[in-house]
Amino acid sequence: MNLLSHSALLVGLPMAEEGAHAPVVAPDMGAGGVFDLLWLVIALPVLGAVLLLGVAPFLPPSLRATVDKHGHLLGTAMAALSFVLSLVLFVTLLGRDAEERQIGQQLWTWFETGSLTVGMDLLYDPLAALFLLLITGVGSLIHVYAIGYMEHDPRRRRFFGYLNLFVAAMLTLVLSANFVGLFLGWEGVGLASYLLIGFWQHKPSAAAAAKKAFVINRVGDIGLSLAIALMFATFGTTDFGAVSELAGEADQGTLNALGLLLLLGACGKSAQVPLQAWLLDAMEGPTPVSALIHAATMVTAGVYLVVRANFIYELTPVAQTAVVVVATVTLLWGAILGCAKDDIKKALAGSTMSQIGYMMLAAGLGPAGYPYAIFHLLTHGFFKANMFLGAGSVMHGMNDDVDMRHYGALRKAMPVTFLTFAMGYLAIIGFPGFSGFWSKDRIIETALAENLLVGILALLGAGITAFYMTRLMLMTFFTSKRWEEDVHPHESPRVMTVPLIVLAALSVLGGVLLLGDWIKTWLEPVTGTVEHHEPPLPAIVITLIITAVVAIGVAAAWFLVGRREIPREAPRDVSFATRAARADLYGDAINDAVVVRPGAGLVGGLTAFDRHGVDGAVEGGSLAVGGLSSTLRRVQNGFVRSYALSLLGGALLVVLALLAVNLR
Amino acid sequence: MTQYIVLSAILFTIGCVGVLTRRNAIVVFMCVELMLNACNLAFVAFARQHGNLDGQITAFFVMVVAAAEVVIGLAIIMTIFRTRRSASVDDASLLKY
Repeated sequence: MNLLSHSALLVGLPMAEEGAHAPVVAPDMGAGGVFDLLWLVIALPVLGAVLLLGVAPFLPPSLRATVDKHGHLLGTAMAALSFVLSLVLFVTLLGRDAEERQIGQQLWTWFETGSLTVGMDLLYDPLAALFLLLITGVGSLIHVYAIGYMEHDPRRRRFFGYLNLFVAAMLTLVLSANFVGLFLGWEGVGLASYLLIGFWQHKPSAAAAAKKAFVINRVGDIGLSLAIALMFATFGTTDFGAVSELAGEADQGTLNALGLLLLLGACGKSAQVPLQAWLLDAMEGPTPVSALIHAATMVTAGVYLVVRANFIYELTPVAQTAVVVVATVTLLWGAILGCAKDDIKKALAGSTMSQIGYMMLAAGLGPAGYPYAIFHLLTHGFFKANMFLGAGSVMHGMNDDVDMRHYGALRKAMPVTFLTFAMGYLAIIGFPGFSGFWSKDRIIETALAENLLVGILALLGAGITAFYMTRLMLMTFFTSKRWEEDVHPHESPRVMTVPLIVLAALSVLGGVLLLGDWIKTWLEPVTGTVEHHEPPLPAIVITLIITAVVAIGVAAAWFLVGRREIPREAPRDVSFATRAARADLYGDAINDAVVVRPGAGLVGGLTAFDRHGVDGAVEGGSLAVGGLSSTLRRVQNGFVRSYALSLLGGALLVVLALLAVNLR
Repeated sequence: MTQYIVLSAILFTIGCVGVLTRRNAIVVFMCVELMLNACNLAFVAFARQHGNLDGQITAFFVMVVAAAEVVIGLAIIMTIFRTRRSASVDDASLLKY
């Protein structure tokens, strides 16, 4: 512990101040009114998933054909209804006083063993409220988009069933009032992610990607499940309320372990280094999936976990430092990947990784950062979903080609996609006024105030972000035509462009959440407040510096990509840095060397030991017994007199033994 | 007293050697009886020595068991002799490994 806290000092993060406690979670049970319908938010998509996946396959063929044809409408309706309900709940919550904004609902006792009771409890508070709106809102838009995108897929009904399953699991994750319920949702989204990445299972690459995502996520899940076990052992419960109350009394070692284990879980789900390798492969899934799961919602669950467990992280500077380090490494890692990828979805995935790094960074900075982590999470949800759907629209027009080297000059062919994509682009690079500008600006500002080095690295990340996004933009919509011969780009149908337009509007206007520091005040009951440090420079100067760095990134992209002729084949004689970035910074190679090959070696050794050691002992034993008995059976020769002799011998032995015992 | 025990031991040894060496089932049988009665002699001698009836009672039990055994044993020997025309114990050696 001494050593660890020393390292915290080395990095120079502030230790948690004495007595600085996160607010205790104390939900108002039985709030009544519209809040009684809280469970319905989850139940609606569950119903959709059950009908589309569980009931539909057993219908008579004629009826099933109808369901196959119109099932997507049911799925979309469920998501939309859930959104409407979330909106009503949000408005009602808005009408309450800040102290009364934690609503609890106990559904039933999930399981009870000995002294442990785990309830199916829901917690609706400002944090959950924002997530509900994001998940159901963006989720509904993506459902609508997918109607068009998946139109020609024969398994569209199943696709929408999976999407509803995902939405339900994600809502469970953010609404649960204890860590066990959160884990249920956590695994549910993992399952949905697996099913959807591998949706086109006939492609070996998709099947492999699904498996990879699943396996790497398991590693993170071990962290989360161990954290839950540790909570049971330490506190006897995993309810947010009880844990937030009792956390202050736990010893430092336990708290550190909890924080680090939760971080491991968050790393797996949010594709943070060292568990980042699955996200780029996950792009094998249909594009709406990439937008919903691998950009807007599921991958941000790690950020949610850290912010939700703020009552633990507030007490463990070690784990907080670890969060910051992981986040900083990831935000640069993802950004570098984004620079080198020619696959439009993989470039966006690298960008997602990097942006989640920003959120994690803010979440690791404590109460000063939590609101901005969530703020960036929301704005990112808008603009990244927008851009992924835009990329899907481009692919739709380009015969599912994902190589940006085959794009170029698409702005005329696809004006709506281009304009909406441009809104997302301006938002992510942080063009003044757009949503990403406000959220990223605040994160970098907070980071600079807390720790200069981390702040400068985050600033550098903003520059790289501007570079790779401009590169993507130029290669796709500007420069010269490099299309394949039989490709005729066309604008996507209305059902796909309308969600794009809505998301583009949100990307532009997302910054309004910051008006009057609204999001900070709104999240105060969850995250608490602390006097945060003054940044080293006035805020306006920092903003100018960020904007300047972004401008440099854009200019660099223009000089390196926009001005030149882009070869249709990726150049081979490139620098080491480019090769490394193209190979995912050797993430797979590292995994292979550190985990896979030693693991395979270990398994090989164990198999050999099992075969030769254990099996040898067992089979050798049986051989020995068999050989001995086949020798011994010769004694049974059928001659009575030889039996009589052995009888005599035995009797003599017994007598001798008796004598030996008695005479001693 | 010693004489009784020595006689008993001699009889038992003769019976024992007879059982192990003779092939004729009837003789083997008689040798077994000899061993049993050597034991009986020892029992009765010890009973006399200790002045209680335990040994004598045991001797009666042995006689009863011996009588029963003779009945069954002779019957078996008769049956074997009828089928094989031989009373040699070494001929009846089919029941083996």
